[in-house]
Amino acid sequence: MSEAIKVLTGNDLLTGDVTWWTGSGWSRHVDDAAAVGADADAIAAGEQAAQRVVGAYVVDATREGSGVRPRHIKERIRALGPTVRLDLSLRPDDPAAAGWIA
Amino acid sequence: MYQYDQYDQAMVDARVAEFSDQVARRLSGALSEEQFRPLRLKNGLYLQLHAYMLRVAIPYGTLNSRQLRKLGDIADTYDRGYGHFTTRQNIQYNWIRLEDAPAILADLASVGMHAIQTSGNCIRNTTADHFAGAAADEVADPRPYAELLRQWSTFHPEFDYLPRKFKVAIIGSATDRAAMKLHDIGIQVVINAAGEEGLRIHVGGGMGRTPMIAPVIREFLSPLQMVSYLEACLRVYNRYGRRDNKYKARIKILVHEIGADEYRRQVEEEFAHILTLGLEPPPAELDRIKAQFADPAFDPVAPGKIDLSDPDFAVWVDQNVHPHKAPGYGIVTISLKPVGGIPGDASADQIRLIADIARDHSFDEVRVTHAQNLVLPHVRRSDLYAIWQRLDAAGLASANLDLIGDIIACPGLDYCSLANARSIPLAQKISARFADGDRQRDLGELKLKISGCINACGHHHAGHIGVLGVDRKGVENYQLLFGGSEGADTSLATIIGPGFSEDGVVDAIERATGVYLAQRAAGERFLDTWRRIGATPFKEAIYG
Repeated sequence: MSEAIKVLTGNDLLTGDVTWWTGSGWSRHVDDAAAVGADADAIAAGEQAAQRVVGAYVVDATREGSGVRPRHIKERIRALGPTVRLDLSLRPDDPAAAGWIA
Repeated sequence: MYQYDQYDQAMVDARVAEFSDQVARRLSGALSEEQFRPLRLKNGLYLQLHAYMLRVAIPYGTLNSRQLRKLGDIADTYDRGYGHFTTRQNIQYNWIRLEDAPAILADLASVGMHAIQTSGNCIRNTTADHFAGAAADEVADPRPYAELLRQWSTFHPEFDYLPRKFKVAIIGSATDRAAMKLHDIGIQVVINAAGEEGLRIHVGGGMGRTPMIAPVIREFLSPLQMVSYLEACLRVYNRYGRRDNKYKARIKILVHEIGADEYRRQVEEEFAHILTLGLEPPPAELDRIKAQFADPAFDPVAPGKIDLSDPDFAVWVDQNVHPHKAPGYGIVTISLKPVGGIPGDASADQIRLIADIARDHSFDEVRVTHAQNLVLPHVRRSDLYAIWQRLDAAGLASANLDLIGDIIACPGLDYCSLANARSIPLAQKISARFADGDRQRDLGELKLKISGCINACGHHHAGHIGVLGVDRKGVENYQLLFGGSEGADTSLATIIGPGFSEDGVVDAIERATGVYLAQRAAGERFLDTWRRIGATPFKEAIYG
């Protein structure tokens, strides 16, 4: 059973890391992403003003069990890391990680 | 090669101090991202898919061993142990922390390097023939002109906010190894009937979403008027280039819309005016620069014959070593395209190894090619075997230069925020499919170029076989093109038909090579056969 949601993402100001809004802060792991609604723009503006994130925007995703899967491949690659260097991704020990992108 | 003088060094040092202050103000909140973004881009710092990316300028692709070693050290110290050499003869680091950027620029400045004008709507890093000053077929060394252009274009106030980015390439031989006619301005050093050295100026070429081959705007220009003439070319563009639509803002659109003749007329008019202003640097300055590109002390009795009894070495020499102008020397291209590897990537250890080899065997010089390889320009042939052994031990001895395994690929959707599809995994699959060296050599010269979006950083328009990645309703799809060339016979590739999945395009390319093998005439390259027999046999084989 999957649920269509919208999640808020951006990049960490200091490191540039991809980050996902959890409802109370930011996480590098997309599975921590919280569904956002009409408040997304206000959250993004506040977090950017507070110097915690850069270029925040909303993307479509689905919640699948305990996981969150962005709808567009570009966002899935952002969530994982480069598929050609899984050793540098967020799932370096998972040989099947690239399959999650497809 | 050129050494910074006190003015060059003062300029890059001042830029480091300025950008350090800007980063500090950004981190303190004194600058918003909107305010900071154009400042970081002016220093080559992008925000890409996964992190900040720093693009470092390598003027006309030339480095000494100290500079190259520093690039390796930066990869280790501030990045994740590797760098990516680009089709603009630059290097990019993919995992930069904002707070580290000033320290990296300071490290670069310590070896006479920077990231200035590697982004933004300004004159970008000038590229050049990577065999400049070494090639046997060269009529004159283009590097002194490239260096003069670097000095002219750096921080040029009039051209800091052009309608769009602006790229210049320069070559010094009839063999175009720099895709010269596919640049905003392409310059070829030529010798006229009187034996005088001059410059042929092409304006209005480019790739991107509207590929065009640059027409000749000036057949022969005195090198002592180069700066004034280019000033005129840029001034006309800056005055009339469109700013209302970024997709129509490159100079190629202006030249195309008003016509080469009208553009030439306007440039000549402006040129005549500029000549009255005395903007041209004094001849002594060009002489000063030329003196820094004097030939190294070649051994006049260096032996030309070498032992080729090791078959793997012999293949590598045949494929990756080019004739040098000095007897007993060769030009070595180090392929950064191992089977299944990432085109243009090199580890910090590999970078430092190549720096050491350059120091020991190539008069301290290295070049970066637009095909994402590295070159040792001045190598004694008698040193080749020792060099090959060191390279082979480091996974750097792929004997595939200009073969189907020598693929150009942009970073694509694995790294780039503009990309629509991944380029690198496709390059890896093609490389693996054609891994057999004998098969590659049987196919002969076959330049395959992959771009992950219409911006064409992977030069797909100029590929004998080109691949363009597109986004089809959120799914990666690949269009296949044939018939492009970036050389003296520059041509633009055309799309052959409907696109493919990643696996499908690999199969299609294999079928196309089958057509070539079946129909090639003696001595024909893949491109020659394509031009002779046309698209139909290839379409039939690919689409059935």
